[in-house]
Amino acid sequence: MPSSIITSNSLLAIDVGAANTRAVFFDVIEGEYRFVASGVAPSAAEAPFKDVAEGVRNAIANLQTILGKTLLDSSRNIITPTQANGAGVDALVVTLSAGPTVKTVVVGLLKDVSLDSARQLTETTYTRIMDTISLSDQRKPDQQIDSLMRLRPELVVIAGGTDGGASRSIQKLLDPIGLASFLMPEEKRPSVLFAGNQKMEEEVKTLVGSLAASLHFSPNIRPSLDTEDIDPAERELARMIINIRKRQIKGVELLDLWSGGHILPTAYATGRMVRFLSKVYGSQKGILSVDLGASAAVIAAGFKTKSTLKVLPQFSLGQNLVGILNYTTLENILQWSSLDISSGVLLDYLHQKSLYPASIPATQEDLAISQAIAREALHLAMQTARKDFPKNIANIKPNLTPLFEPILAGGGALSDASRPGQSLLLLLDGIQPVGITTIILDQNNLLPLLGVAASQNNILPVQVLESGAFLSLGTVVSPVVSAKYGASILKAKLSYESGAEANIDLKFGSIETLPLANGETGKLTLQVSRGADIGFGPGRGGVIPVSGGALGVVFDGRGRPLNLPSDSVRRRELIKKWNWTLGGG
Amino acid sequence: MQAPVHHIIGLTSIVRERVLPISGNVTARIQQKVTPNDVVAEAKWAREHVLLDVARLLSISPNAADRLIKCKVNDEIKANAEIAVGKGVFPKSVRAPRAGRVVAVGGGQVLMEAGETKIELRAGIPGSVIQILPNKGVVIQTAGGLIQGVWGNGRIDTGILVNLAESPSTVLTPNRLDVSLRGSVILAGVVKDADTLEAAAELSARGLIIGSIYPSLLPKAYEMRYPILVTDGFGSLPMNSAAYKLLSTNAKRDVTVNAEVYDRYTGAKPEVIIPLPTASDLPSPKEVAEFTAGLQVRMRRPPFMGMIGSIVSIKPGLTVLPSGLRAPSAEVKLENGETAIAPLVNLEVVG
Repeated sequence: MPSSIITSNSLLAIDVGAANTRAVFFDVIEGEYRFVASGVAPSAAEAPFKDVAEGVRNAIANLQTILGKTLLDSSRNIITPTQANGAGVDALVVTLSAGPTVKTVVVGLLKDVSLDSARQLTETTYTRIMDTISLSDQRKPDQQIDSLMRLRPELVVIAGGTDGGASRSIQKLLDPIGLASFLMPEEKRPSVLFAGNQKMEEEVKTLVGSLAASLHFSPNIRPSLDTEDIDPAERELARMIINIRKRQIKGVELLDLWSGGHILPTAYATGRMVRFLSKVYGSQKGILSVDLGASAAVIAAGFKTKSTLKVLPQFSLGQNLVGILNYTTLENILQWSSLDISSGVLLDYLHQKSLYPASIPATQEDLAISQAIAREALHLAMQTARKDFPKNIANIKPNLTPLFEPILAGGGALSDASRPGQSLLLLLDGIQPVGITTIILDQNNLLPLLGVAASQNNILPVQVLESGAFLSLGTVVSPVVSAKYGASILKAKLSYESGAEANIDLKFGSIETLPLANGETGKLTLQVSRGADIGFGPGRGGVIPVSGGALGVVFDGRGRPLNLPSDSVRRRELIKKWNWTLGGG
Repeated sequence: MQAPVHHIIGLTSIVRERVLPISGNVTARIQQKVTPNDVVAEAKWAREHVLLDVARLLSISPNAADRLIKCKVNDEIKANAEIAVGKGVFPKSVRAPRAGRVVAVGGGQVLMEAGETKIELRAGIPGSVIQILPNKGVVIQTAGGLIQGVWGNGRIDTGILVNLAESPSTVLTPNRLDVSLRGSVILAGVVKDADTLEAAAELSARGLIIGSIYPSLLPKAYEMRYPILVTDGFGSLPMNSAAYKLLSTNAKRDVTVNAEVYDRYTGAKPEVIIPLPTASDLPSPKEVAEFTAGLQVRMRRPPFMGMIGSIVSIKPGLTVLPSGLRAPSAEVKLENGETAIAPLVNLEVVG
């Protein structure tokens, strides 16, 4: 791309997370946008700071030191645009995931239709569904009012009625919302999103309009019984979340001002980027992004027909960490540990870490525990997200992870891993990819920032993605097969550009690698055993071009779904062996 | 790097906001001296609501129903009182199913609130009211010792502090709790079983201050009607030496245990306040400190979790930890004489 086409130059992207705030600098280098550097500081949404702008200023101050460039003026305000003396930056964008989960009540007509769509919409952002109201609700309206008064939701999401369809039933559902809002003090009233029958706008305004903190409308997410379109409502909801944060957290308003309104919830920005990637690079397979952070696990998947975004605070690694036990057991978490750790120690850890979400594992044992929890959280998040994937997507078996190319991974737990092999094994265990896929580590957590940057500058995300700012961990081949431990399940030959060759005979239960450095390409010839499927059909091999990565070409012969040995000693030995094979130590 | 300060201080000025959960009436006056049990504000709160759909019950339009409704907003209605009467030879009537106050009338409906209860906000700490927050609450100032904790069961009370911890790791067992402790605030190291919590309840304990508690006991701890404050964390962690020293040397004094649930956004923390008479105006403690050499810190994660030490030096750049992670770190001289390298995010400033 010639530099003359690029009009806006430097861009500062800020990510305000629950634990850390990062300031990332992008600039034009040799005519193309590049990730230059990032500065990090603890987030300041919580007491005693209670001002996210302070954490942002500290992160920018750290970035200034790294860059040797002034970005803040003497009052610690951002300098924009770039000055003649080189100080400042041309544009600024922000993503935000800090803040408590937004208490939400979901309202829909029919449980399996509009209520389900409203739930899916609500789960695209940092919410906690406290109650649902639908026609099948057995409670009387006054009991629903009592529930709303007790829960004090900050957000109400309403769906229902095909366009021009049911209106009286919706009115009946709106009554308790309007009355409960009326009873609440003005400053405690919820924001309301109506994403139902578009013909009802005036009635909704009459019933709820003056009583809600703010009333928003989006196109109907269920315009007909068999059509669902969540995307436009997702955008409106993202805006609403930022407005709720402005009321809740000091400093968000200032960031909105600095960025000229280019501020988005982090998960929404990630989803936007995945949607973009699936359109630009999409094949028959989907594109997957996983992010394990302190505020939520975020699973964004882009398919040809539909994209899904799932924000799961219940599987976050921060202050809600203990909540994971509502979905799994201590034993299930410990099965992922390479060290012999008691369930009591794990339980103490979960509670202690919840107190200090920003703390990091300093010892080997702490790291083993934190990575075991991350594996289970990712596994659970994937299982939950999969339920809302479209039905007609490419897969090997419907009960397994669908076929993805590539898989992008980011978030504290993954960028915390000290070696790429540790991150890769965590991802293989948690996601359990099938067939052939490239796994890319977003070690600087750039994906959401590119998503929000796209609203400011649509060239930057493409150029940064292609610039090598993301670390390819390698091409992973994961046959779906059931066999005896040690039985040969796949033979592979990697032909290098130099003409050299390397071979592997993959045994069931093992992980193997063939070296292929980042930037190198090769030709991979695969032969699989009878019944094994790598996406070409049972027993069918093939020849594919492959690109290198930190771990080269990785063969995961452990089968899908992954069944770990029940004997704990043997299981821990195997985990150590797999870790060692991937250079994870 | 700046860090929040966890307060364990022998004598300081303590200023605390006490606020109603809903809008109400402040009963305290400015400059009023209050004890922890004094009511400083109150509010009325209706637990339940009754929605009477008069239009539907009389099978008429909402507008027609509005004309027939006899009550208006703020009317106190007795149970079975007539709300509206229909027309015709044998008119149907709508009656209030229970007593309550009318809060809204319109659209052919009447909304009443019922089961009104009074919320009383107590001062929580002894001191002087230095500010009135209209319709919300008060700001109270006092002077004394302040020990913050990491977990509380949401209760608050005051009593004489009795030390049952020979050391910071002393496990409290039911057989240590006898009748002589009735009405006391008990100081101990660790609680490992539910029987101990029950035994303290039977004694009408006014509070329990411990270093750590088994996580499996947390649901039981929430059930207890006396305040339980945990200073350090979960499992078998001994109480940190600074808190133990300050608390144990103040045994037999009146202390207030405000076992408030930790709220990381408002900054509310469970805390013990030891009111002390002082002649001079004391400064309030600092809420934030910059990591520097000489600063007193507490280890928040292994190794040496819970131990107090002082920063010897801040390491330049990033340090590789035994876990393999790289992070800005400090060299810390611990109270047991050992030296440890700890990531700054795992350190908590104490003071």
